[in-house]
This record gives sequence, C-alpha cells and structure tokens, in this order.
Amino acid sequence: MKPAKFSYHAPGSVDDAVALLGQLASEDGRILAGGQSLVPTMAFRVAQPGHLIDINGIPSLGTISVAKDRVRIGACVRHAAFEGKTAIPGPTGALLGKVVRNIAHYPIRVRGTFCGSLAHADPSSEWCCTVAALDGQMIARSPRGERVIDATNYFQGVMSTALEADEMLTAVELPLLPADTRCGFQEFSRRPGDFAIAMVLATYRLENGRIADPRIAVGGAEVAPRRIAEAEAALAGQPAEPAAFARAAQAASEAIEPMEDNFNTAAYRRALVMTLAQRALEKAR
Amino acid sequence: MSDKIEITLTVNGVDHRVRVEPRKTLVDVIRDDCGQTGTHIGCEHGVCGACTILLDGEPVRSCLMFAVQAQGLQIRTVEGLQNGETLHPMQQAFMSHHALQCGFCTPGFLMLAVGVLEKRPDIGDEELLEVLSSNLCRCTGYQNIIKAVRSVAADMRAAR
Amino acid sequence: MSRTRTPWVGQSVRRLEDPPLVTGNGRFAGDIDFPHQLHMRIVRSPHAHGRLRAIDVSQALAMDGVRAVWTAADIADVPPIDFREGAIEKLTAYRQPVLATDTVRYVGEPVAAVFADDPYIAEDAADSVIITVDELPAVLDAASAPAEFGPNRSSEAAVCRQGYGEVDAAFAGATIVEIDVAIGRHSGVPLETRGAIGRYDAARDVLELHGAAKVPHRNRESLAKMFGRSTATLHLFEAHVGGGFGIRGEIYPEDVLVLLAALRLKRPVKWIEDRREHLMAANQSRQQRHRIRAAVGADGTLIALDDDFFHDQGAYLRTHGTRVVDTTCGILPGPYRLPHFRVAGHVRLTNKTPCATYRAPGRFETNFARERLMDAIAAKLGLSRIEVRRRNLIAARDMPFSRGLVALNDDVEYDTGDYALLLDKALKHFEWDRLEREAAVRRAAGEFIGLGLACYVEKSGLGPTDGARVNIDTGGGIEVITGGASVGQGFETVIAQVCADVLGSDYRKVRVVHGRTDRIEYGIGAHATRATVMTANAAAVAARKTRDKALEMAAHLMQSRAEDLDIVNGTIIRKGEAQGPGISLGDIAAHLKPLSKTRGEREPGLTAEGWFTVGHMTYPYGVQLAVAAIDAGTGAVKIEKMLIAFDVGRAINPMLVEGQLVGGFAQGLGGSLLEEFRYDQRGQPLSVTLADYLLPTALDVPHVDVLITEDAPTNLNPLGIKGAGEGGIAAVGAVIASAIDDALGAPGTVTKLPVSPQELKAIIDALRAPTTLANQM
Repeated sequence: MKPAKFSYHAPGSVDDAVALLGQLASEDGRILAGGQSLVPTMAFRVAQPGHLIDINGIPSLGTISVAKDRVRIGACVRHAAFEGKTAIPGPTGALLGKVVRNIAHYPIRVRGTFCGSLAHADPSSEWCCTVAALDGQMIARSPRGERVIDATNYFQGVMSTALEADEMLTAVELPLLPADTRCGFQEFSRRPGDFAIAMVLATYRLENGRIADPRIAVGGAEVAPRRIAEAEAALAGQPAEPAAFARAAQAASEAIEPMEDNFNTAAYRRALVMTLAQRALEKAR
Repeated sequence: MSDKIEITLTVNGVDHRVRVEPRKTLVDVIRDDCGQTGTHIGCEHGVCGACTILLDGEPVRSCLMFAVQAQGLQIRTVEGLQNGETLHPMQQAFMSHHALQCGFCTPGFLMLAVGVLEKRPDIGDEELLEVLSSNLCRCTGYQNIIKAVRSVAADMRAAR
Repeated sequence: MSRTRTPWVGQSVRRLEDPPLVTGNGRFAGDIDFPHQLHMRIVRSPHAHGRLRAIDVSQALAMDGVRAVWTAADIADVPPIDFREGAIEKLTAYRQPVLATDTVRYVGEPVAAVFADDPYIAEDAADSVIITVDELPAVLDAASAPAEFGPNRSSEAAVCRQGYGEVDAAFAGATIVEIDVAIGRHSGVPLETRGAIGRYDAARDVLELHGAAKVPHRNRESLAKMFGRSTATLHLFEAHVGGGFGIRGEIYPEDVLVLLAALRLKRPVKWIEDRREHLMAANQSRQQRHRIRAAVGADGTLIALDDDFFHDQGAYLRTHGTRVVDTTCGILPGPYRLPHFRVAGHVRLTNKTPCATYRAPGRFETNFARERLMDAIAAKLGLSRIEVRRRNLIAARDMPFSRGLVALNDDVEYDTGDYALLLDKALKHFEWDRLEREAAVRRAAGEFIGLGLACYVEKSGLGPTDGARVNIDTGGGIEVITGGASVGQGFETVIAQVCADVLGSDYRKVRVVHGRTDRIEYGIGAHATRATVMTANAAAVAARKTRDKALEMAAHLMQSRAEDLDIVNGTIIRKGEAQGPGISLGDIAAHLKPLSKTRGEREPGLTAEGWFTVGHMTYPYGVQLAVAAIDAGTGAVKIEKMLIAFDVGRAINPMLVEGQLVGGFAQGLGGSLLEEFRYDQRGQPLSVTLADYLLPTALDVPHVDVLITEDAPTNLNPLGIKGAGEGGIAAVGAVIASAIDDALGAPGTVTKLPVSPQELKAIIDALRAPTTLANQM
C-alpha cells in the first residue's frame, strides 16, 4: 500500500501556499497538513494527488488566537492542542476539550489538524459537528482572495464542502459561548476511537430556570452535520429536565435523514441519535 | 514527476543522509534507508500503531508521514531506548510482566508508552488505558502490557 | 557457587525470546534482505467469479525497474498446491492454481506476479495490469443448494460424516430441542502480514525460503516435490514470526512464486504482503451454519445429537483439504455423554477467500453450536443451565473415554479429565451465586445484565512422533536442536526449562534451535498445540540420554558409580557432597572430543538424539464464565467479569499458559462481538481495512481471570502435560452468547456470531415495546 508518485512542495508562507495551490489544483494538487486522513487514502490509492503542498512549515498557521468573542484556529493547529489546558477560555474551551478525547487516538491527535478535519469533511468528524453546532465560519483563500463561508453553507455532503479546488482553508473561527453555557457531547462507535456512527453536541443556557439558546447538532448520522431546529424548538423555554431532554431527543431522531451503509442501518442511526441526544443533554455541564 | 530528494533524518541522535522519493513513507525510510528495522509495519493506514515512533518526543504513526516531512525533527525509535547495555525500564517491565509474545507490536507499544509517560508522568490510569488502546496487539490480550506500563508509571511517580 | 537445585518446570520464568524483541533486534520477514533482491507484487482478481479472458501486462513491462511479469502461462509447468497430507483423488479438482488459469474464483485471487527493483515500483506496475473478466454470478451462501464448481464438479466438495448408535430411533418419541445457528467468517489476522523471501544459492545448488513458519519440514517436503528437487537442496528458514494462529505457514501461491522466481530470474525475490491483501487473501475461517438438534430426557439427559452443518470453505481447498470439517465432526459432543450421535459436515465452496485452520478450528464453532443447544435444552425444560451440563458431563472414572469418533486422523479418546470438578471450582472461584443475586437486583432496576457459561474439551499434543537433539559444547553451552517452530508462544523457553531440569543446569544457558530444516532432518513445527507436548517430551528424552552419557563419563573420571552422581548448576557432583569435587558439563564434553585421550571407546560428543512417540492426542479441558451487560441505549456489550478455568495437566510455565489463554480470549472476543469478513451480493469483500475489520483494543478486552488447574495430568507423556494454546479462544463465542441471552432475559436470542450493538438495540427495543411489534405483525 505504497502511495502513487507525487511532486512535493513545502512553501514557507501562506501567500506561497495559496499561489501554489492556485497553480497546481488543476493537476490534482492538495494541501498536506496533518495527513492523518489524506495519507491513508493515498495508501489505498483511492487518492492519487499529483502534487502535495506541505503547509506544516508555515508558522503563522499554527496559532490559536482568542479575541473578545471569537477564537480563530489556524490551519495547522493539531487536535492535541485542545487537550488539557488550552488558551481558549470558558465553555468553548471546555467543550473543545471534551470533544477532542473522542477523536481517533492520541498519536493521531498529535499530527492531525482541526482545519484538516473540516477540509476533509467526513460525516463522522467531531470537529465538523462542533463547527456546525456553533455556527463556525471557515476562512478560505485562493488566488482570487479571501472569503468567509458560514457553516450552514459549508457542508455539502459526504467529503464534500463549498471549498473550490484551488481554495485553501487558512483558519476556522468559532464564537466564544457565554460563560453560563452548558455543553454536552456524546458519540457512539464500535470501538473507542473508531469513526462515530452517530454523535450529538448539545449546548444551552438557563434563563429564569428555563432553557435558552439551545443548540443541538447531529453528526455522523447524516451526510453532513447540522443543527436540528426541531430538537432546539422542543427545548426552548423548557425546564432542564429529563422529560424535556427526552422530547428533544425524540424530535432530533425523527427529524434526521440518516445514512444507510454496509455496516449500519438508517434505523440504527436514528435510534442512536435519540439515545445520544438524551445523554448529551443530561450530561451537559 | 517525483525525483528523489536528499534529506537528513536524525534517528536516535544519529544523522542519516538519504535520497528518497517524496512518496516514501517515514517508516519505510527508517527501516530501509536508515537500516533501523525495529519499527514495524502492520497496516500502512494508521490503525494498528506498530509503526509508532517518537517525533520530537511525541508518539506518531510513521506510516502516515512522508520521510521528507521529518527533516530537522528528532526521531526516536526502539533501538534508541536502551542506554548502552542498560535496558530502559519499560523494556525491563515488558519482559518481567510477559507483555510480549510474538513481539511484532512491541516496539510500537514501547515508544507509545515511553512517549506518553515522559510527556505526562502524572497521567491518570483511565487516560493511560485510553492511550494504550491506540495500538493493536493480537497475541497478549493486553492484560500484561497494561500491567507493565502501569508498573513503570508507578515507579516513575514514586521516584519523584 | 551455589549447589542448590532449582527445578525450572512449573516456574513462571522470564522468556529467553524477549531480549531481541524489546530492543528492536527481531528479524521478521520484512527485515530480511539480500543483495540485489527483487520485490514481488501480486496482481489480484477484482472479481469474485468469472472467466479470465485477457491479462494485459504491457504497461507494467514497460516501466523502469520492472524485470518480469508472470501470468499462468509463464508457469504452466507448476502444479496446483497440494494438500499437506498428500494427494486426495476426489478433491484434486478443488486445489488452487498458483496463478489463476481460466477462471477467477474470489476477489484477491492471484492472477499475475510483478517483479521489480523496489516495492513502490512493483505496486505501480501491478496497478497498471489490466484484467478482462467475463463475470459470472457469485456463490455466496454455503447453505443454499450447491452450484457447479466446474465440469462435473459440484460446489459441495465433500460431506464428512461421523456417528454411532441408532439416532433416528433415539429421536422417535423423545423431547426434541432444535436450533439453527451460525458463526461468522473471521480469522487470525496476525499483526505481521505474510511475507516470503526466495533465494537460490547457485554456489551450492540450494533453494531457500526465508520467512517460513509453522511447519517448515512438512512444507519443505511439499515444495521439494513441487519443484522436483531433493529435500537436501531445499531449505526453509524461520525467522521471528509475528503471530501465526494457524493462518501463517501454510503453503500459499506467493511462497511458490518467490522460489520459482529466485530460480528463474536468478535474483533473490522478496514479497511482503500489505494489510489490504492480507484481509482478502490470507486464509479465513470459522464460517459454518449448524442445524443441530438434541433428543433429551425429561431431566435434561442427552439421548442423541444430530447435526447437519454447512462449512463455507471459500473458493478452493487449500493445504488442509477437509480436515477442519472432519475435526468439527469428531469433537462436537465435547465433554458430555452421548448415547447416539450423527453429524454431517458439508464442505461447500463459495466465491470468497479460501478457508483453513484458525486457532481452535472446529472447536470455536462446535462449542458455540453445542453450548447454545445446552442452553436451549435448559430453557425448554425449565432447568438451570448449570444443572443440565452437570448431568451430562463425562465422569472422571470413565476415563479414558472413547466413542469411535475421529479428528485429525486420530481416534478421539479423552485421556484424563475431571470435568465436574473443574466446573465446581470455576463456579466457586467466580462466585457465580453472588453474581447471580447481584444481577437479579440490577435487572429489577431495569438493567440488561446476565451470566453465561460454557463447558468444553480441547485437544493438543498431536503426534505421533517427534525427535530432538541435545548437544553440549566444551564451554558448557547447551544447544537443543528441534524441528519445532515459534510463532511467539514461548517455545524456546519451555523447551529450555524442561531440558535444563534434566541436565541440572540453568535454563538461560540453553539455546533452542527451531524452524531450520538445515539443522535437523525432521520436525513437526508448531500447530495444533502440539509443540509443548511433543517437542518438549522429545527434547527431554534427548536430554536424558545426554545426561546419562555425561554421568557415565564422569563416573569413570571420578571413580564413582553413575547412580551416585548428580548434576547441579551444570556441574557433576557426588550426591550428598555439597562441597566435594565436581566436573563441569563443558569439561565432560572436552573429554568426549574425538581426539580426547580419555574418551576410550565412547562415541564422540556430549550429544544425543531422542524421540518421543504417542498414540493419541491429549485433551485439556475448560470452563468459561462471564458476566455481560448490554447498554439499552446503544446495544453495546460490556463484559464485566470473565473467568477462564482450564486444566492443562501440568504447566511448565504458568505465566506463559496464562498468556496463551488471555490472548486467545481476546481473539475469541473479537470473533464474538467485532470481527467479521463481510461480502456484498457481488462477492466484493467489504472488510479489507483495519477500520472495517475490527480487532479488539485494550479498551475492548476486559480483565480476564485465569484459573489454571493441574488436576488431570495426562498419562500419555512423562511430563504429564497437555497444551494450552487454543484453550482461551475455544469457548468464547459460546460463553458470550450465553451471557447475552441471559442479559436479555430471552433464551435462544443469539443465534449467530458476531453479535452487533445494532442487532441488540433492535432486539431490546422490540422487547420493550411489544405492542409496537404486535402492530407490525
């Protein structure tokens, strides 16, 4: 399972990387960041890029910067950066720390990148679900300039995003959730660290003892992650109690159009979403 | 298209100047061009962990990197664990706990365990178990591997 | 110098094998290189079934660095790979050709071979080969009516039948319990993929195969025959082996090809399989469907058993022929008395990867079927699952116990065993009663939690004969040369322990040679859990003879009688004279050198050969107990508590025995809950990555409690030992199914392995909403 031949480029700046991608996209040029998703596909020769543009040597891409109400995650920030103590304050930091433990395994997290997961857009990606839940924004650059893509427009299907072939994801921005936000995340896979069959990310606040600003996102179950309005509607204004959680979980499981594949049925994914939504809400802190 | 590139890999403190295609994986270059065959290939798609090495102190899957990416980084493999003739405590622990049978997964587990304990000597037991679940073993059923690593972790905590 | 004697047998000493393996100095097939070697890459059929119309290798041949590309036409003189036991007339049509000729029969079948300067180029070239196939429908269900394999050849290659008594009469009028159960296709999947390096030493006219395993001597014979060479000119070399489990070491097409290529292309040829190839081309196993029924008395006593089963053999019969099915038939009744028995095993070919032996072949399957049946009997008659088993167990006083069944060409005769005693010990050790009470409390609170059990008999020590040689050099170093093989199980350590005891020496001074056909002419390798029993006993005989020789020489030199001497720490001393003079074994060896003046008429060398012959296999036995909990929200199964109780007769190294049992358990767990080779309706394999074929991780395998007993040593060998290699895996499917059914409170629910969370979730949802189910009916 040796990869097919390719030409290797290691630009030292974002401008150079964007220029290279602009030139080489038509010859199937791809960005190499963590490689934890790309390289296996190359090993199976399912992907045979003619060019790899290695962005690991661009220092400016490796930073997490926190502004007043947003956090900006550069293209080369590793999954491992979100484990333990991070620069990201409040519930957002805690949420990312909770989610990251579900991503593959420790050595994969050492190399794999947050933005790489977004570019790859596997339906089972935990970060994709997180970005969908928090209405994140993708910062993309191409020779034509920079643009911001909202989460709702970004995910288009299995491994399919709004990025053009010559566009590079340079960062993702997430809002910093209010300090009193409770967050919960549950996923299910056959073995710990496997691709999730389904996952639910839930956040909400309490105002006068009632749920406000609920966010319920489902990942892994449909072709792309998204917030489930029906489930959020079932929560809004309700007390934070198991009965309300159960109704929201039911709504989520009924609202989705789950995938069916050789290993997992749509019915099972639906059942899992109900369980996971309930548990994510019950465990939200 | 992919002419060979000259790179220098530093493996266990020793520089190796090699000429390789960009597509040649780090594990293949470590084994074939640097002659260090202790690191093994079990799947070549990043699942089994037999190829685990330490890269600047962190465990990584060397089958998921290209050698050209590893220039200037410190690579540590199983051959570099012992100090002269003195075996590393993790190597000793694996032997005394019968934590290996065929030995194929052993280098990967050794590097994973050493790497994680060096970086996080206070890692909790549950998290340690999660880390150990990164690598596959087909012979031992893991019980003795877990015992061996826990014993080293305990010794490291006691010594501090 | 200490004069105390430390018996090594029975001690959990550290392994001799370990130092190179923990320091990165192992030499596995992938680590073996020869100057100027070529790399082989196999082109494999992308279709499950079809007529091979054309193979276009022109692009491959045109690539830089490609030296040759072969198809069947290039190796027309090479015969198909024969059965290990030799030619079997009726079955020859089902053998696999080294490269597909006119028909492809499974995805992954070798169709062409590329030889190139490096493996990257070889893979590029292999990818460029274009195969044209007229597709045919794929046969995928072994239980459906047989199809046509070839002209006048049914896809039912054979039916193995065994039995005794009057089965039909026994069923008439009796209470009948009947189940239909299936075991999913899975296999050993060792962490090291297959590999082989062929080298022709033209200077000495010797053809060499490196990276051999399991049965080097037997394979040498077969390969020598295939190549028309004398066995003196064909040698196999075992290096370190990354797990065997029965899969590695059989003769595969790739082994033949590297040897042929080494001869014809005049360069060493190296082949290392990748994981995707392994998952579609290495031997698979286990897939059987049993329609099994029992006639029982009102108290649960077994009167008769009748089993009709379908064995999904895959596309060809490989080196084992139909032996897995035969073994299945002979071992089915397990530890129970059974007045009447009939079994028919249908060997059915399908368009999937060919199958062969995988650790406890025939027993993982039959233990599942038979123990499911025992649980079903208990449920139907309202009896406890423990009582039903206890009532039927063969008693210790009835040993040796035979009922005219055959497995591996050997009469199945249980030598020794106290099954009831082990069951009692296991239940007590596990605290079964307390756990049942606790489970009942948790069930009342709504949890799905249950206990399971399985009783089983294993087999080991397949003979009939093995031989070994012991040689002591003038430095006192002891070398034991065996025809054994090591797949990682600790073979060297065990042999060293046994010989060191006989020779009064430190086991660390004993070097054990194995896997080398050029060091000893005969060998049985390592499979069927025979190495410890056969080779250790043969080595003990050789060591005893060497000891006798040493003592005789020493008696002469020390002017004593041999019976007054002993060997302690490698030195021969007078018994009872701890401080007296002694002669080291090394010095004795010097006295026995050809030119030694003191040798006299004695044969030169402190060396001896020993043979051990046995009439029957020996039968260790076990009980497995488990507690399983099912997460009602996801269907996930958690094994909360697990006990393997196993009687090995005598444990040479208890730590190694435990390692075998726990390791085997983990594989069994995989086969019960995670691992399966699945195919789509066109015969395309779906489980060809380790992300799809799920091996258990450290978080999947629970802590396993092991209870090793030595209550029933065998009388078939002087060491009293039975082997443990397959004892951990054999009953795991059975015990987990038993626990899951108990957790669901629905006996008979688990009828197939593996059990998935998806299935359990659907079952639990149906159990919880019976009205919904009723609405759907």
